[in-house]
Amino acid sequence: MSSDRSKLAFWLLMAPLLIWLVTLIILPHVGMFLVSLREKVGVREYETSFANYAVFFNEPLYWNTFARTAYMSIASTVLTLLIGFPIAYYIAKLTRGRTKTTLFLMCLIPFWVSELVRTFGWMILLRETGVISNVLQYLGLIGGPVEMLYNDAAIMTGLVYTSMLFMVVPLITTLDSLDDSLIEAGYDLGASGFSILREIVIPHAMPGIVSGCIVVFMLSLGNYLTPILLGGKDSLWFTGLIYSQFITRFNWELGSAFGFLLLGLSSLIVFVGLKLSRQSLGKTMAQ
Amino acid sequence: MSDIPDLECRSISKSFDTFKAVRDVSFSVPQGTFFSILGPSGCGKTTLLRMIAGFQKPSGGDLLIKGKSVLDVPPNKRPVSMVFQHLALFPMMNIGANVGFGLRQRGVNKTDVTKQVERVLERVGLGGVADRPVSSLSGGQKQRVAIARCMVLEPDVLLLDEPLGALDLKLREHMKVELKQLQSEFNTTFVYITHDQSEALVMSDQIAVMNHGVFEQVGTAKELYYEPNTAFVAGFVGEANRFGATVDGKTGDAVHMVTSYGQTLLGLNAGHGLSKGDKIDVFVRPEAVRLSRKSSDVAGMENSGQGLVENVLFNGANSQLILRDQMTGAEMNVALPQTGEFRDLKRGDVISFGWASQQTRCYRAGIEK
Amino acid sequence: MITGIPQSTGFKWAYKAYVTLFFIYLALPLATVCVFAFNDSVFPSLPWEGFTWAWFFGNDAPYIGVFHERPILRSIVTSGIVAFWVSLLAVFVGTCNAFLFVRHEFRGKGFLYILMLLPLIIPGIILGISILVFSSSAANFLEDATGLWFDGLRPGLILVVLGQFSFITTFATLVISARLQKFDPSLEEAALNLGATHWGAVRAVTLPFLFPAMAAAGVVAVLMSFENFNTTLMLVGSDAPLTITMFDRLKLGSTPVLNAVSLLLIVVSALLGLASLLLQKRED
Repeated sequence: MSSDRSKLAFWLLMAPLLIWLVTLIILPHVGMFLVSLREKVGVREYETSFANYAVFFNEPLYWNTFARTAYMSIASTVLTLLIGFPIAYYIAKLTRGRTKTTLFLMCLIPFWVSELVRTFGWMILLRETGVISNVLQYLGLIGGPVEMLYNDAAIMTGLVYTSMLFMVVPLITTLDSLDDSLIEAGYDLGASGFSILREIVIPHAMPGIVSGCIVVFMLSLGNYLTPILLGGKDSLWFTGLIYSQFITRFNWELGSAFGFLLLGLSSLIVFVGLKLSRQSLGKTMAQ
Repeated sequence: MSDIPDLECRSISKSFDTFKAVRDVSFSVPQGTFFSILGPSGCGKTTLLRMIAGFQKPSGGDLLIKGKSVLDVPPNKRPVSMVFQHLALFPMMNIGANVGFGLRQRGVNKTDVTKQVERVLERVGLGGVADRPVSSLSGGQKQRVAIARCMVLEPDVLLLDEPLGALDLKLREHMKVELKQLQSEFNTTFVYITHDQSEALVMSDQIAVMNHGVFEQVGTAKELYYEPNTAFVAGFVGEANRFGATVDGKTGDAVHMVTSYGQTLLGLNAGHGLSKGDKIDVFVRPEAVRLSRKSSDVAGMENSGQGLVENVLFNGANSQLILRDQMTGAEMNVALPQTGEFRDLKRGDVISFGWASQQTRCYRAGIEK
Repeated sequence: MITGIPQSTGFKWAYKAYVTLFFIYLALPLATVCVFAFNDSVFPSLPWEGFTWAWFFGNDAPYIGVFHERPILRSIVTSGIVAFWVSLLAVFVGTCNAFLFVRHEFRGKGFLYILMLLPLIIPGIILGISILVFSSSAANFLEDATGLWFDGLRPGLILVVLGQFSFITTFATLVISARLQKFDPSLEEAALNLGATHWGAVRAVTLPFLFPAMAAAGVVAVLMSFENFNTTLMLVGSDAPLTITMFDRLKLGSTPVLNAVSLLLIVVSALLGLASLLLQKRED
């Protein structure tokens, strides 16, 4: 094997990677950033400025929506963690063999299905003429139909549902790797269930918790379907603003600036999360 | 020292569905004893240990520590500590936090925890490492930290679940001595389970040999080695040549027998009331057989013969010969003394061998489960 | 499994109840969607009007079933075409990437690896708009410069394929790399030793070994492509894939025909998902 041929093979392998990353990831994002710096001063006349970003900071609706999207996403992340952790612990530590596989598959299946279908399911359940309202009326718990759609709780339900898998799977993976004898050793040395959870289980599961939280946060932040369909027209989700700037108002400059702000926020959170937990991106994403 | 044993099991048993892992085991361990439970894997020793620790509930019987039944005491409240097979040191804590873990659970204040942790680490020869991560320790040091982590709580009984299993051979030899020293220094009762007879023989004051959920024999290392009560013990502790034979007659304590090869042997009736015609299993230790180039040297022994050297398995101090009895064709392993006398012995040579009737242990065949 | 920790029976029951509730929560929306696909009513809601197959096979308005509803059938075909190309491209590039990252050492490898992972942490909608902005600028520039039309760079199926490919490739790379890492290079060396050419050894030994992972990556790519919404939404032209068509219908008000489509999607997704798991399991 000549070294020329192995060099050729190397570059043949490198080419698809570079074409993919440069034309579909790097250049589009650089381009988007340049567009976000363009200020329209006349018909097909542009100047470079931060005007689009200024618009964002001067319009309370915009940055309120931004902040709301961020804290709703944080809330959904925390909720997903709190709900998912006991489930992951149950599957990883309290079941085995076929039961374990079955429960794990039952967690997976809903997430192979399109998010649209899942959200549609929640719409049928929650709306005024929906299943839950009808059941509650039937049970006599409420007098008339109740609209449970189009509020923050509905958005939250949908977000938690949509992200659950991405929390539960990394948690199960890390908890599975926790040696049972560590938990037994903790008991043997006199610890209560709570101190074992705090001192042994959670520290061990930290990598899973971090990667789960990062993924869930990003998915919530970048979600469009759930807030629009479950939250209604006034759901005030930042991706909704981006969509309307691009598609309805055709203001690509402002839309690009919004996109960049969202990208910035999500990268920042990923970066901070990784730094806090001293994890590397590669390791976290491989979970 | 009080008469109340530190640990007492009264006909304790444990069944999993239809499988009986431990059957009516009773024993007691006096204070300060190094007590080993020796048995092959699957004999129920781990189940027994986990019952003592409280991780498994016995199906029957009682378990007493310092005279008090602990059946209803959960593992985190029992005055026993356990050194796990893979030690189970907490990787998320440094050494000091590991050792101080139990004290913190008891609510001991911080300064006292630090003081006691340092003291116990010094006792195991690891002073000043409290701030280091567990991963910085060698295998043997980890072992000592695991013991320190338990001993700092001053348990009545320390349970050890084959903790040397993961170590390499050299270190294992070294740790045997060290464990024994630690035990006598702390003067705590150790209950140690292992499948490695040499670990048990070297360290223990008392050894219980366990098989199929029952104790076959409890005794000192010497008793087990020289006077095994059952065929299983004779075969499991130490090495042995094993023959099938039929009893031919008795004179006093001596048993005359004929092996399946047609060899007549004289053996010791180990109190099994054997009579003529009984099928028996016969055990002879390779190191009990004397070798000589002159047949007159072994002529005075009750069992003797001439053997053809089939093979020399040289292994330093543990070298062995495979001999074929020239008269009967029976094959035997014989320990080869490394005094230099037999250095030039080779395949095809003929040599005389013999052993005393006391070294021939006989057990009724087929009673071994 | 921990057996040794005693817990109060009350706690155990509460825990079991919680787990049960959780799985009900997981199953509820999907089960609801499926059940209402068979309701003999023009709205997917209570009351239950009786069982019908009309939303699958019906051909009389307003009961037009999935199999007679042209726009939906057309969008399923569109989704299939998109998924096919995305999967093909992603598996090809993913396999190249796997060989590159597992077999080669070169300067800047770590940096390129991080870049390769980036599509995972970029929100889908941003991937969509960045590709939209870039391709439109490119199209404008090229059209100005040459006077020709470059419709492929305007919103449409080509952009949808590229947009989905841009992040699905990362998943394909991870799945195939994981498998390649387990490959014992001495097998390939043995083939070379027995006289195979370099490419011959890869084809005869390595690729068959990688095949389950490539197939699994392909199935995952099809699944992700079929259900993708965010990126597709920004790049879609006149031919809409299934999720976009369903979304437009949903906004207008839903009929049980959407439930019927969803039911089919659920069944197909679950089967594909299980297939990908089985393929990955067979690796071991």
